[in-house]
Amino acid sequence: MRFGIITFPGSNCDTDAYHAVVDALGEEAVMLWHKDHDLQGVDVVILPGGFAHGDYLRAGAIARFSPIMREVASHAGRGGRVLAICNGFQIACEAGLLPGALVRNGGQSYICDNIRVRVENADTAFTNAYQAGTVLRMPIAHGEGRFVADRAVLDALEDEGRVVFRYVDAAGVVSPEGNPNGSTRAIAGIINSAGNVLGLMPHPERVVDPILGPPDGLPLFESLVARVAA
Amino acid sequence: MRYRVAIHILPREGILDPQGHAVADALQTLGFGGVHEVRIGRHVVVDTDAETPEAATEAVRAMCNRLLANPVIEDFEIAYVSSP
Repeated sequence: MRFGIITFPGSNCDTDAYHAVVDALGEEAVMLWHKDHDLQGVDVVILPGGFAHGDYLRAGAIARFSPIMREVASHAGRGGRVLAICNGFQIACEAGLLPGALVRNGGQSYICDNIRVRVENADTAFTNAYQAGTVLRMPIAHGEGRFVADRAVLDALEDEGRVVFRYVDAAGVVSPEGNPNGSTRAIAGIINSAGNVLGLMPHPERVVDPILGPPDGLPLFESLVARVAA
Repeated sequence: MRYRVAIHILPREGILDPQGHAVADALQTLGFGGVHEVRIGRHVVVDTDAETPEAATEAVRAMCNRLLANPVIEDFEIAYVSSP
């Protein structure tokens, strides 16, 4: 299957995503420029991490109006899969592909760390190669990662199993210590109601290679292949 | 005509504003004991061509709704309209 990775001016995890797809997963990937108008028939779009358009105004606010985002919205509207990582998650929220918003970290500072997330829902196209409840180690690197949304939106996300990843501590439990950025209800990743757009702040594409430690991010990419093949 | 429209954009009530919180703490430390809340946002000034000040204001409202503010987390208000 074919992945399309979108590079915005300021993206810096696009080549990591390429490495994850091509070298770790063994699938095809094409690099797409934010001014392109054609997704080249890809099955999965990746909105990668970085600082698209300098994160000016708000993270993702300007990137959402990049020309290719029109194609991404129609791809998503047709049920096409979109994996939105870190800055990509911020862009997806600004574009209305996912609910809520990502605001300045609770502690005010940029955080670059290895954290833990728990798989809350393993019955999605992005997580079916995980077991629900598994705790994963993944890096985060963001200044605006605190997920916020109205109570009604949060309750809907919870009720519909759309909180896919939650920050947890070393014991695998949700706690203030385990929540690096102060996200509401420790939310680290969510999925849209149709189940084809996933956004998360941690970086699965950076933990796909055993040389860098346990490849906890790889099953996320494997899930996509399993679901499309099936 | 060219008009200058200024906008205040602030974190919505109820959204934790850690920056405002830190500044409120600092002000209290400085002895400004009456301070109980500080919210920090941004001030945007747009110079735009329009037929009337009302039309300029309407256009800037549309800009806020589409791009300048995110209604999930921010409120905005027009601060003033003038000639640049």
